[in-house]
Amino acid sequence: MYDSGKVITGIIVFLIIITFPVWYNVARGKANYVPELEYPVDTGRCVADSAYIRAYHMDLLNTWRDQVVREGIRVYRAADGRTFEMSLSNTCMNCHQSKENFCDKCHDYLSVSPYCWDCHIDPKELKR
Amino acid sequence: MKIDRRKFIKFTGLTAIGLAGTPAARAFTGEDSLLVNEAGRQPSVENPLTAKRWAMVINLKKCIAQDGCTKCIDACHTVHNVPDFGNPKDEIKWIWKESFEHAFHEQEHEFINEALKHAPTLVFCNHCDNPPCVRVCPTQATWKREEDGIVMMDWHRCIGCRYCVVACPYGSRSFNWRDPRPFIKELHPDFPTRVRGVVEKCTFCEERLARGLMPACVEACPEKAMVFGDLEDADSEVRELLRNNYTIRRKPSLGTMPEIYYII
Amino acid sequence: MLEKALKGTKTYWTLVISIMVIMGVAFLFYLRQYHYGLGVTGLSRDVTWGFYIAQFTFLVGVAASAVMVVLPYYLHNYKAFGKITILGEFLAIASVIMCMTFIFVDMGQPFRILNVFLHPTPHSLMFWDTVALGGYLLLNIIISRVVLDAERKAIAPPGWIKPVIILSIPWAISIHTVTAFLYAGLAARPFWLTAVLAPRFLASAFSSGPALLILLCLLLRKYTRFDPGKEPIQKLALIATYAMAANVFFILMEFFTALYSDIPEHLMHFEYLFLGLDGKTNLVPWMWTSEILALIALVLLINPGTRRREGTLILACVMVFISIWIDKGMGMVVGGFIPNPLGNVTEYMPTFTELMISLGVYAMGLLLVTGLYKIALSVRGEVRA
Repeated sequence: MYDSGKVITGIIVFLIIITFPVWYNVARGKANYVPELEYPVDTGRCVADSAYIRAYHMDLLNTWRDQVVREGIRVYRAADGRTFEMSLSNTCMNCHQSKENFCDKCHDYLSVSPYCWDCHIDPKELKR
Repeated sequence: MKIDRRKFIKFTGLTAIGLAGTPAARAFTGEDSLLVNEAGRQPSVENPLTAKRWAMVINLKKCIAQDGCTKCIDACHTVHNVPDFGNPKDEIKWIWKESFEHAFHEQEHEFINEALKHAPTLVFCNHCDNPPCVRVCPTQATWKREEDGIVMMDWHRCIGCRYCVVACPYGSRSFNWRDPRPFIKELHPDFPTRVRGVVEKCTFCEERLARGLMPACVEACPEKAMVFGDLEDADSEVRELLRNNYTIRRKPSLGTMPEIYYII
Repeated sequence: MLEKALKGTKTYWTLVISIMVIMGVAFLFYLRQYHYGLGVTGLSRDVTWGFYIAQFTFLVGVAASAVMVVLPYYLHNYKAFGKITILGEFLAIASVIMCMTFIFVDMGQPFRILNVFLHPTPHSLMFWDTVALGGYLLLNIIISRVVLDAERKAIAPPGWIKPVIILSIPWAISIHTVTAFLYAGLAARPFWLTAVLAPRFLASAFSSGPALLILLCLLLRKYTRFDPGKEPIQKLALIATYAMAANVFFILMEFFTALYSDIPEHLMHFEYLFLGLDGKTNLVPWMWTSEILALIALVLLINPGTRRREGTLILACVMVFISIWIDKGMGMVVGGFIPNPLGNVTEYMPTFTELMISLGVYAMGLLLVTGLYKIALSVRGEVRA
């Protein structure tokens, strides 16, 4: 390989730079940080179990969105037969008291920025 | 982490329940005062209003008699979070008043009745049977719902190319030239706002129909100048009005077949 | 082959860097538009398409006009175009990329643009326009690359490229036809509702494109060792002449139908453009300039003496280009919106931000042309050496 010294140095510098956030958090002692979320009092009322919701809530919401907007179907039947209106603002946020300490906190931690709230309104935030 | 649709449906036991039937949980019924229908029935997705082809008949005479009234416009723009920018350049409107000579300019003539010429004519999306806006949309973000004829909008999908605005012969569509949120007087939580860069228009209050409520404008009119109903139902009030009155539609020669009829 | 664009004289790099500076400044203006929304433009509820879409329309024409060198060279074996065919193809590539960028900057939600492919919609002409433009770009990239590569190696191009080249000819016609169909199929806009729009688009393209190519060739001759020779320039001039004559003829057809039928809905748009409506006259001087330039250019082009003399030919080409740029890049799109479907007159003028963003897109096109022409000429230099 030509210029192997330069190439390898370059690769090492590159790796250090892209992994910087990891080192930075380790140095600040925040490597084990996990956000503390504010859960609803009665978790049993959710449209699905927590493990499923944690992993697939985005797919669930996308499906709800398509069913409501494009197919005009608004009632969701959960695995156990209970039915719900498919609505982020009116169903999810009925139990989840705080968008800030639930949705936002976790999304910020994972550095994702869903655009749900660009349009949809958190009724509780509005009252504040 | 992606899960395919089929597996997803199986996993959650998701069943697409039709609009009618099955007792639904009470938890999701709205408590907002704006959402109570005439019969005093709790609005709910359990008992939606349905039709084969929704249409509206507007009695212009009643509007002329109540010149200056904006109750329908206010009601619509409030429940749908329509912003008020206070300038014509950014303007967004779902329903508004146009003078008769503009709304029906092919009907206007030199010696037309002065009152009629300047008559406040309510205009909004015609929910055409053959909508040109739907034909041009490159992403199907606007489409005609086959079951009831409503020309729908999907604000998640719209790319903001504005081809539909260009194709609408009635000027019924508005574009969000900038972020609308700061210009909404009072946020109404039951309906989303829009983001900058998408097109919006009247949707015949499909979200209210789904809960068994009449369109906001119809409900707000104290004079019953706006009558909403099923065109395919021969006994409906709209058909009754169309049978007994001379009615006109905007630009019928274009073949778009508007579903808003005017009694003049 | 691309590395040839990365080696050059001081003048070349000065040009490249100046263009990039303009692009950088324009990008800042785009960021402003991205964050605020399209409200930074002069567009409004009544005039919803303006400068960006008009530039797109004009540049689709420039892109399509490559066919005016490709067709004689490959279909009629017209050898004199041998030197400039690649320049035409490279101009087409740069133009298509500019077109796509103008569409991108005109989108309200630019990052959702892939929805066009995610939800393909055959009943929308915008979908077909995307397909046509993308295909045309791909065809021209393949053709120019393969042909130039063969030229560099001093061998005949592979046989399979011939059908690809033949395909690119109707494809070029299709891109501008579909672009005309974007407008010509709308019941809402009587100004565009004319079957002559697609032919008129093609005629104006086949005149403004070759005019631009003549100017570019003469510029190259002045600043490089490239010499296209007299014959191809004169042939291009002849093509531009016929096309310009056809273009003016089609415009007169439009005038006749609108004026003689006297249908207000059709007439009012012409009235706005050439006389003004309700005292609103923003575009009147522009439109008259366009028509007068068109007529003078036509005289200069049709008269063999002035067509053959380089000074007057250059003048005619500049006039053709400006005339058609005003006609398509200002009047055609905006004129369709005024008056609006309710008969109201709302005027439109691009804002400074809008013009800066457009300048940036044109700068990008110029950068592409500069780089691509550099490649073409470098390869030729090797062949000659």
